[in-house]
Amino acid sequence: MRGYTERTKKLREISTTTQPSISLERALLETEFYEKYYGTVETPVLRALNFKNYMEKRKLYIGEGELIVGEKSEGPQVAPTFPELCCHTIEDMTVMNDRKYISFKVKEEDKKLQAEKIIPYWEKRSMRHKILESMTQEWKDCYAAGMFTEFMEQRAPGHTVADGKIYQKGFLDFKREIEEEIEKLDFLNDPDAYDKKAQLEGMAISCDAIIIYGKRYAQYARELASKETNPKRKEELLWIAGNCDVVPAHKPETFAQALQMYWFVHIGITTELNTWDSFSPGRLDQYIYPFYKKEKEEGTIDYDKARELLECLWIKFNNQPAPPKVGVTLKESGTYTDFANINTGGINPWTGENGVNEISYMILDVMDEMKLLQPSSNVQISVKTPHEFLKRAVEISRKGWGQPAFYNTEELIQELLNAGKSLEDARFGGASGCVETGCHGREAYILTGYLNVPKVLELTLNNGFDRYTGKQIGIKTGNPEDFKSYEDLFHAFVKQLNYIIDVKIRGNNVIEKLFAKHMPSTFMSVLTDGCKESGRDYNAGGAKYNTRYIQIVGIATITDCLSAIKYNIFDNKKFTMGDLLKALESNFEGYAHIRNLVLNHTPKYGNDDDYADNIMLDIFTRVRDLIRGRKTVCGGTYQIDMLPTTCHVYFGSVMGASPNGRLAGKPLADGISPEKGADVKGPTAVIKSCAKMDHSSTGGTLLNQKFTPSSIGGQEGIENVASLIRSYFELGGHHIQFNVIDRQTLLDAQKHPEEYKDLIVRVAGYSDHFNNLEKALQDEIIERTEQAFN
Amino acid sequence: MKAYIFNIQKFSVHDGPGIRTTVFFKGCPLKCIWCHNPESQSKGKEILYDKSKCSLCGTCIRACRNQAIEIKGKTLMTNMDKCSFKGDCVFACINSARQIAGKEYTLDEVMKEVLKDRVFYKNSGGGVTLSGGEPLIHAEFVEAFLKELKKENIHTAVDTCGYGDFKVIERIAEYTDLFLYDLKITDDEKHILYTGVSNKIIIDNLFKLSKIHDNINLRLPLIEGINADENHILEVLRLIKGMNINKVNLLPYHDIARHKYEKLGRPFAGNMEKPADEKLIRYKEMFEKEGYMVKIGG
Repeated sequence: MRGYTERTKKLREISTTTQPSISLERALLETEFYEKYYGTVETPVLRALNFKNYMEKRKLYIGEGELIVGEKSEGPQVAPTFPELCCHTIEDMTVMNDRKYISFKVKEEDKKLQAEKIIPYWEKRSMRHKILESMTQEWKDCYAAGMFTEFMEQRAPGHTVADGKIYQKGFLDFKREIEEEIEKLDFLNDPDAYDKKAQLEGMAISCDAIIIYGKRYAQYARELASKETNPKRKEELLWIAGNCDVVPAHKPETFAQALQMYWFVHIGITTELNTWDSFSPGRLDQYIYPFYKKEKEEGTIDYDKARELLECLWIKFNNQPAPPKVGVTLKESGTYTDFANINTGGINPWTGENGVNEISYMILDVMDEMKLLQPSSNVQISVKTPHEFLKRAVEISRKGWGQPAFYNTEELIQELLNAGKSLEDARFGGASGCVETGCHGREAYILTGYLNVPKVLELTLNNGFDRYTGKQIGIKTGNPEDFKSYEDLFHAFVKQLNYIIDVKIRGNNVIEKLFAKHMPSTFMSVLTDGCKESGRDYNAGGAKYNTRYIQIVGIATITDCLSAIKYNIFDNKKFTMGDLLKALESNFEGYAHIRNLVLNHTPKYGNDDDYADNIMLDIFTRVRDLIRGRKTVCGGTYQIDMLPTTCHVYFGSVMGASPNGRLAGKPLADGISPEKGADVKGPTAVIKSCAKMDHSSTGGTLLNQKFTPSSIGGQEGIENVASLIRSYFELGGHHIQFNVIDRQTLLDAQKHPEEYKDLIVRVAGYSDHFNNLEKALQDEIIERTEQAFN
Repeated sequence: MKAYIFNIQKFSVHDGPGIRTTVFFKGCPLKCIWCHNPESQSKGKEILYDKSKCSLCGTCIRACRNQAIEIKGKTLMTNMDKCSFKGDCVFACINSARQIAGKEYTLDEVMKEVLKDRVFYKNSGGGVTLSGGEPLIHAEFVEAFLKELKKENIHTAVDTCGYGDFKVIERIAEYTDLFLYDLKITDDEKHILYTGVSNKIIIDNLFKLSKIHDNINLRLPLIEGINADENHILEVLRLIKGMNINKVNLLPYHDIARHKYEKLGRPFAGNMEKPADEKLIRYKEMFEKEGYMVKIGG
């Protein structure tokens, strides 16, 4: 059993062996509340009061031996539902309960309550309903064809990260500041003063809500203590009560209170709404180190005690499965992981100097010991990062389960500067979710959906017609057999791409407005700079910086497809466009010679070969420039990310065979990684190819590398991987992560899942149990090229 | 100036320090029966044919411009006198059963390729290794190549069997930061039997090189039943005693090259084995006792 102490061993065991289930507690309290109060107050106040109502009435949970308290629902692995966003049908619940992967147990009586109480109220009132009702036919056609996905279809915008303010102030302080803003409102000259007042009042109520929650925990811990017979546990419960007397109302005074403060905030954010990619403490080592240092000097804490507390926090993250998803949303993100991505190391955000401290190393120790899917732990590596720290991180990463991932501090900062943020704010930046960059505590950076770029080529080759849905969903860009040159084809592809992006963004604009209007996130707004000052909500452009991302999927696939066409049809005349179209239509059956040429004798991305890499650059630049810098309806700016989560599998499943030799239905390449089997020149060539795109003009890119365990053995293996990382980052790479496991083991795990319950692999910007992955994704991971050191 | 090269291996981490690119030259004066790179032995291009992938579909026969291929029984025979190595059969084969080993490179071409990984050399303390085959038989090319690399301030290593004119070794020593010097068998008769040549020149060159170069790694391939015994290790120790050599790599035999022999249509001497791990550890200790730094593997 893993765990530094007996306590964390037991808590971890509960966390990892409990089957996820659904609780209707939140949904029922909310429905009751809405039936009573809807229409009586302004929306931000209504939402805040709803949040307060939940915090006042929900059940509390203090597990045996716990030191950090608070759960999203009734206990570990219990997920609340959010009918105001996605009102699950009874069929949804049956599917969730019965499905083989990512299942959630649903009690029969809860299905009954859902049918009798929840569905009748929310069916036509949920955001999902509002969104789908508001979308145009073009949008619906593209969505059905898998041209893109929509993040807000079942979940709320979120995807942001805490900064250091919650360690310096308590919620009474935040409330006072909000009240001061209300005082300052100018009803004489400011036409928005009334709206701002409602928003600020909502934010103040949210502060009350979390304070009440903390107080209730203090009281509950005392109650349990009064009944506790074990004197040691009794003392602990009183200690917990003491911590909850202080936080979240006041600023934390001790290391333990700092962790408890964060955890209350985490619970607040993730139960106010079911925000995408939950929430994360961000640069945790930077924020909590001062508490550790002070207490260590005073002699009230040591490494062991602090380590145990950190492990308790780690287990808390792991106790919370991502909100249950269904349909396409499950396909694009098929995991329990809720992407709380903690950044360790990097630079000190206040001074710009090396930020690695004792807590940074302690976090690595905790990560190594706990080996949990959540939180998604990563390290930031700066040129100032000590070699020892990088080596320790590589040593853990080499164990094969994908954590920590590696991020490039200088590049992260450059991305943020390029997107118009100040250096001061950029230093408080980092990765979150999978690989997405933002200024922690200062920015609403919201992912809006994945874009299937290879399928845009498929549309182009079919003059806008989609074979999967049997509909004309794109524009007519001409019969491909009439294209006289590669440039003609590329031009048609770009036209088609522009059209699909427009359809996506038209939909985004409506969804952004719907959330701004109906789903203010008043608690999140308390924690995000700018909302208080502007009197506007996080979901309405109130943050200091507002960014919306579209995530690009399959850059390697589309590159190799266009390379195959350019090289074989136009440059070397090996076959004609007509031949290719017939080959694709028949899934290459009877066209083995064409498949052989495109698969084995065509320049491909990932080999440091300029022929293919220049095509990649053309595509990258076009896609980026069609999206980056567009304005969003609430005053934000569009950016791109290059990451897939599990969407490359879904996007591949809605496509026929493609010109690079990929067969119908097979996954696309993940992130910016090369196509499986296409990179034949080893990891340095992969890194060189990947580094050719301008990472700093994106909001994050994702690169997977797989090694066999024997290939990176010994001290030299660590040094070599460390050098690879340093080199990639020197070339401007954003992120790299490793799967270190041999093919044979994975194949065996597929056959004998019962023997590999502990096998964790890196998927996209997160790790997951191999057994939790659907078969297609398992196959895809097996097929990712294994890089060997020779 | 051109040379035949059969592989430019990036991210090579067993042929000298750090992350390296190893350039494998084609052609070798030795014919070691355990050779891991049999495609390196002959100087010119060769066709590699993987019978296990071949479906005898005949596509290659139709594609060949010289009618050099025919089906004989359940296999393909290539008439090498007719083959012009244009690769028609390689491109045509839908099963990827055919390959050409060996490609002509100019110095500029090979420099361009190895410079691509410069950033990795810098960050890892790596560089470029010239291997083979035997680089010494491409004396002029190799010398010019090493000079260019040093001009670019890149760490250089030469992996050699030592069988060549010492004048060549002397000339390239100036531009070589590290020699990976193979010593196969101390007994000359046995050496002739297993490698096809006498070891006199090899030992003599090693002695001379150690006088003018102070960074030589001695590499000992160890094959059970041939040279993996304590007496041989003692012989090696006696031989190099007093020479300016401080590092030894023990390279245990493995039979992963078996398929390459099959592809070349050459017999594979299959009665060789990897020495047991305990033996390797024992030999390592024997060298260490005499003050050498030893590594099992490259």
